[in-house]
Amino acid sequence: MSTTGPRAPLPEVEVDPAAMRHLAEAQMNLELDTGDMILNIGPQHPATHGTLRLVARLDGERVISADPVIGYMHRGYEKLTEFRSYPQVTTLINRIDWLSSFANEVPFVSAAEQLMDIEAPPRAQYIRTILTELSRIATFILFLGEMGLQVGALTPAFYGFRDREYVLNLIEGATGGRFHPNFNRIGGLKDDLPWGWVAETRTVMAKILESCDDFEDLVAGNEIFQTRAKGIGIIPPDVGSAYGVSGSNLRASGVDWDLRRDGPPYLVYPELDFKVWTHGDGDSFARYWVRLQETRESALMVLQMLDRIPEGPVMTKVPRIIKVPEGEIWVETENPLGQMGYYVVSKGALGPFRTKIRSASFSNVSILPWLLRGTYVPDLVTILASLYFILGDIDR
Amino acid sequence: MAADEAPRSTVDPELVERVAAALGDDVVEAAENYADYVVRVKPEAWKRAAEVAETELECDFLSFVSGLDWKPTPREGDDKAPSAPVQPQEMTPGVTGGTGRFQVFGHVQSTRRGWGVTFKADVEEDHPAVESWIGIYPGADWHEREAWEMYGIEFSGHPGLRHLYLPTEFEGHPLRKDFPLLARAVKPWPGLVDVEDMPPEPEDGSAEDGESEGSGAEEGGES
Repeated sequence: MSTTGPRAPLPEVEVDPAAMRHLAEAQMNLELDTGDMILNIGPQHPATHGTLRLVARLDGERVISADPVIGYMHRGYEKLTEFRSYPQVTTLINRIDWLSSFANEVPFVSAAEQLMDIEAPPRAQYIRTILTELSRIATFILFLGEMGLQVGALTPAFYGFRDREYVLNLIEGATGGRFHPNFNRIGGLKDDLPWGWVAETRTVMAKILESCDDFEDLVAGNEIFQTRAKGIGIIPPDVGSAYGVSGSNLRASGVDWDLRRDGPPYLVYPELDFKVWTHGDGDSFARYWVRLQETRESALMVLQMLDRIPEGPVMTKVPRIIKVPEGEIWVETENPLGQMGYYVVSKGALGPFRTKIRSASFSNVSILPWLLRGTYVPDLVTILASLYFILGDIDR
Repeated sequence: MAADEAPRSTVDPELVERVAAALGDDVVEAAENYADYVVRVKPEAWKRAAEVAETELECDFLSFVSGLDWKPTPREGDDKAPSAPVQPQEMTPGVTGGTGRFQVFGHVQSTRRGWGVTFKADVEEDHPAVESWIGIYPGADWHEREAWEMYGIEFSGHPGLRHLYLPTEFEGHPLRKDFPLLARAVKPWPGLVDVEDMPPEPEDGSAEDGESEGSGAEEGGES
């Protein structure tokens, strides 16, 4: 049977006009009574990178309200830190934002170091900064590909995963762990860089810079992508900051605020020359664009640091058993996903008395009920993708 | 509190002035704590502190709101098997002091001025409650829900204090110090080996031994 030829006409059926009238009326009533529909997205949905559940009330295609239900991955790290010693806690907090584990360790270790009044040697500070920036690149380059995937473009995802693999190999080469390095020690680092690592990193950074150009053409310059992302999910700067949205998400709303530059000085950022990128639009495209520029900027920062990295030890002299003196401290850093902070309270014991973990994605996602109201279902995925959260960073 | 050591402070003097001018008598105690400025306000001024922060201090960014429990961690069993790394046995308040067991604390920041303030307020032990910040910082919603379920602190004016992380049927407030961590109640802390007298410093000053002892004691963990 041919599928291209003209269709056979449908057989005519005799219809009672009276019945038709009722049918029409019934249809009419259906049209008028557009009851709300509850759309349950998740807990397992590709756009949520984990187990985020979103209960959306829809009127047709329009979202009336959306309520994120979190906690499917709550591991209670704040409680667990009270039952661990300081060196053990770094193993835990690695798992908060698992895409940039190394960056999670830095503020906590820095908090303990400041309370103990010790400082890591310059070489260790440089290596820490390099690895932090590498984890930023690994996080963002995956986003740059994955955001394309979420709006229907398959190809960029492969580029994203390929490039992230280059960076993860570097992190693994230096620390021994692809995702959970646990490389920071209070007072320095576990090891020095392996032989040949610096040269290898230069090569990879060149590749990253090249693929940033690719992403700029392939995704950011793509007309379909722009149509899907521009003007979608606009976060005004004042609303964003009142919700605690931070990092690239806030900078994409035009807030020129980066803790690497504006916060209390940490690591070697004060010595580096870098630009903080902002975008005035605050929409999904702006968030993509800012992360794209920041990836490039991070690669340039790594190259800068590789030229300057000083010689010397990577570990300062610390007591065999780490006891942190009594006190409390708030340490915040600019993590790939935004502001990551630890409020550490020490009572002079082997482990922290209380650790408040301020994770970026938690606040970034808390704006969703506000942001999703009035959007359309296809845009919902764009918005979720562009906010870029990690479930472990929400649920802690 | 290591007040005698005078931690290195990098707090903007203008912020200190503004807090004093705007909050006045509502401030119980204030201290510069490293790069952070900690202000303990009267419990009834908790909401006013946020209003002042948002307007006078230009703090447009809400970092977090949470609770503190100053009660010492109770020991399970005898002294030979503490359930946690040894902590003090009597209640001592933190920076800027405190009168009771519970405190609520929150951190706000300015994206324009680059400064931040931590506010603290004492709450009653029997019925911990303060006013909600949700009218000033809408992002306080989830933070207050979390503090409510973890510490049992009521935030009056919050439209829906319901469980955030935990199942609806959950009873108790897990981050309170008297809420036991079951894994440690059935098995003593594996890092117990560290609770020995300090061994003499090695001659070559190698620090890595002490490190590997600590991290080696970590067992299991999730994947």
